[in-house]
Amino acid sequence: MKLRSALLGAAACFAFAPAAMAERGADGEVKIIYYQAVSGLNAYISSGTKDIEAGSLVLEPLAGFDEKGDLFPRLAAEIPTLDNGGISADLTTITWKLKPGLVWSDGTPVTSADVKFTWEYCTHPEGGCAQSAKYEGIKSIDTPDDLTVVITFNGPKPYPYQPFTGATSPILQKAQFEPCLGAAAAGCSEQNSKPIGTGPFVVTDFKVNDVVTYAANPNYRDPAKPAFAKVTLKGGGDALAAASAVMETGEFDYAWNTQINPEQQAAMADAGKGVFVNGFGTLVERIEVNLTDPSPSLPEGERSTIKHPHPFLSDVNVRKALSMAIDRQALVDVGYGNAGRPTCNVVPAPEAYASDNTECLKQDIEGAKALLEAAGWTDSDGDGIRDKDGRKLSILYQTTVNPVRQDFQALIKGWWNEIGVEVELKSIDPGVFFGGDAGSPDTFQKFYADVEMFANNFDGTDPEPYMAQYLCSKIPGPDNQWQGENINRFCDPAYDAKQQELSRTADPATRAQMVKDLNDMITKNGHVSIPLVDRGRLSAHSNSLAGVVLNTWDTELWNIQDWSRAK
Amino acid sequence: MFNYFIRRLLAAVPTLLLISFVIFLVVDLAPGSPMSEIPLTVPPDVRQKMIEAMGADKPMLVRYVIWLLQFFVVETGWAIQNLTGWGVIDAITPAMQKVMRLLLNSETYEFTGQRIISWQSKVPVFQIIGERLPQTLTVVGTAYLIGVLIALPIGIYSAYRQYSWFDQGGTFFSMVGYSVPTFFTGNVLILIFAIRLGWFPTIYDTNLSVTDWASFKAFVRQMALPVTVLALFNAAEISRYTRSSVLENLGQDYVRTARAKGMGEGKVVLAHVLRNSLIPVVTIVALGVPTIFGGAIVTEQIFKINGIGAALIGAINVSDLPTVQTVTFIFAVLIVLFNLIADILYGILDPRIRYD
Repeated sequence: MKLRSALLGAAACFAFAPAAMAERGADGEVKIIYYQAVSGLNAYISSGTKDIEAGSLVLEPLAGFDEKGDLFPRLAAEIPTLDNGGISADLTTITWKLKPGLVWSDGTPVTSADVKFTWEYCTHPEGGCAQSAKYEGIKSIDTPDDLTVVITFNGPKPYPYQPFTGATSPILQKAQFEPCLGAAAAGCSEQNSKPIGTGPFVVTDFKVNDVVTYAANPNYRDPAKPAFAKVTLKGGGDALAAASAVMETGEFDYAWNTQINPEQQAAMADAGKGVFVNGFGTLVERIEVNLTDPSPSLPEGERSTIKHPHPFLSDVNVRKALSMAIDRQALVDVGYGNAGRPTCNVVPAPEAYASDNTECLKQDIEGAKALLEAAGWTDSDGDGIRDKDGRKLSILYQTTVNPVRQDFQALIKGWWNEIGVEVELKSIDPGVFFGGDAGSPDTFQKFYADVEMFANNFDGTDPEPYMAQYLCSKIPGPDNQWQGENINRFCDPAYDAKQQELSRTADPATRAQMVKDLNDMITKNGHVSIPLVDRGRLSAHSNSLAGVVLNTWDTELWNIQDWSRAK
Repeated sequence: MFNYFIRRLLAAVPTLLLISFVIFLVVDLAPGSPMSEIPLTVPPDVRQKMIEAMGADKPMLVRYVIWLLQFFVVETGWAIQNLTGWGVIDAITPAMQKVMRLLLNSETYEFTGQRIISWQSKVPVFQIIGERLPQTLTVVGTAYLIGVLIALPIGIYSAYRQYSWFDQGGTFFSMVGYSVPTFFTGNVLILIFAIRLGWFPTIYDTNLSVTDWASFKAFVRQMALPVTVLALFNAAEISRYTRSSVLENLGQDYVRTARAKGMGEGKVVLAHVLRNSLIPVVTIVALGVPTIFGGAIVTEQIFKINGIGAALIGAINVSDLPTVQTVTFIFAVLIVLFNLIADILYGILDPRIRYD
């Protein structure tokens, strides 16, 4: 009898142990710090990355990207493809099926009407939706039944996964957001700060630009998750203080985007309370070359416009020499350490799209000098600066105020001086540089300089819209209030034709090859863009936090439902 | 006195209007755009739509008048409505609708009591102020109080024993406190007491509410460093004022008279000299009170307090004009108000001063 009950007891222990371990909310609180504080949780209203990521604990799209950049279903039952019939043969429709039995955190069912409403919400002309580019090209959305969403595009769409995928395009609850359509969107403070979602957590308290408090969603679809009952997402300070709060003082479990220099990284890792995790996405720090003349002697409205080609940077040899003179590994060592690697591509990832372009990785000062010499750029008056036809190689090099960028400027200026190029440095407040104010002379679009340095990337894994930035039609100028992404003023009919072809091609392998070709046209062949560093994501988590998988393709908190307290 | 008070209050109205306009001009002319925070992956036409949705594309004067209406009519209306339950907003709706349609040149505009909304967070600015004020008042207020409490005895004793070692030490202390910036002292204290010794947290928890002994201890611990930094700074300034004021009075005839009458030194200094010396000090202290509400921009940033000062600097960084304008204007109101209070206190403390 005793033995029997003992055995039964032991058996029971074994049976219940995994269940007890995987109980929802069993691990208490997890504390996350974002040095940029969260201003809102609705990705459509505020579109800073931090807001989108904070919202992603609550709001989910149909499908998300995993750490390898592959799509995986979130609210959808499966990923529609040509093979499973989810995408029509003519590439004009995609049919998503929702997981059956899904409910919002308030207990009401998730239906296809919510998905359709989300599209209407974001495409309303007066709403000012930050993610409306995700819904471009949609003709209509039909909902034949509660679980089916059929998206019809205006024409064939080789990459139909833009809408409703990734944290930038989550599904909103129709019942909650119905009063917030159009001009009313911004006034819906309650909805925007406490959206009802399907994710693992619900917002319990939100202090603007300060702290968000979440509790486990009682209606989350996996009854065993999340392991944490409470999430505190604190904002404020700077990257260094955030890293220190995890790595040195242990006040927080996870710090987002702790972009600090290699020396500081090493010092913090020595404290032993946490680890840095890094991953690489598509963010590339680059020098963009101005192909038009920014000279202040030109009348206003003609500076940096296609009316006047650049006196020397329109010569591809000069651009190539500038690229050759740079030691990219040295830049990485100074500025990023483990969180960066040298690159010669503007599309460094996903792997299928990355060109095998490595020739720039080795610095070649002598080669650069020889190239300039051969192209006729010689130092005729002996002042150390090369010239030709009375034009000196004198460059104004601008970027934003940022310690790493100022280090880069100084190093690159040294190398360029070595090959006989005079360099003047300028740094601009990032709020002005990226602000896009047509009245300011210092925006990166206006480009009143010869070269400028910043970082750019693309959303998700499809580079097509990104490659479209270099089309002739996207050149900024006074006629379009200096709006346009082709800041180099690059214009090549061959490039435009290839890009058009890309937008009509569906086969992944052919698409990948085309993107590589386009990438090479602007980098190793044209040297219009001089890529420097593939900037990874660097975040930190404490040793007691388990389950963190850094993802650069989607929100960093993409798998928070799987996080737990290390035992 | 009462007449004087009313006169000053009335004079404050045009002053404040002028201040609000100047602030609006400066804030508007400052470079930067509310779009600077938006990632480059968002295309230009979408950015343009976002600007239009904010109303940021309207002419400056139109935005200024709308802001004035929102501040003085709508926000005041909401405040009265929330306090008393009267239907103020409904009452002003028809008139506001007419005015706003005229201003925006739109026939379809619907007035539904729109408050001043932050461009960055799309939350009413007064809600942000309400969330930020408690921590600013606790931290900066406590620091100010402690600063005054330290400064008075130091200032008095330094003056009484002029050129003694205590006076020299006090002078040194206040020179250091005043000239070493808070971002330096703050970071040094964090490095020593939070990172090396681990006694205090480096990040202020605004969700902490004091309910029991443990949470009170946590509260004191997170207050300790920022309050020390700010108190040191405040004490340095006020102790110098106290010292010079006491010094001035110690040489006066009435002090000699008091001593000649055989009064004890304690009574001479604390009852007679102190009372007269405090007149200018009280004014200085009163004039400093608005800075408590203004928060300590640098210190809040270093200790991640997320108070009013941090909100203001954050808003400036992303060109969130409605927030910057509203918060700065409230500071202006407080400064004008406390100037008035200081003048009145002066009259009460010093019977020789008469305003009528």
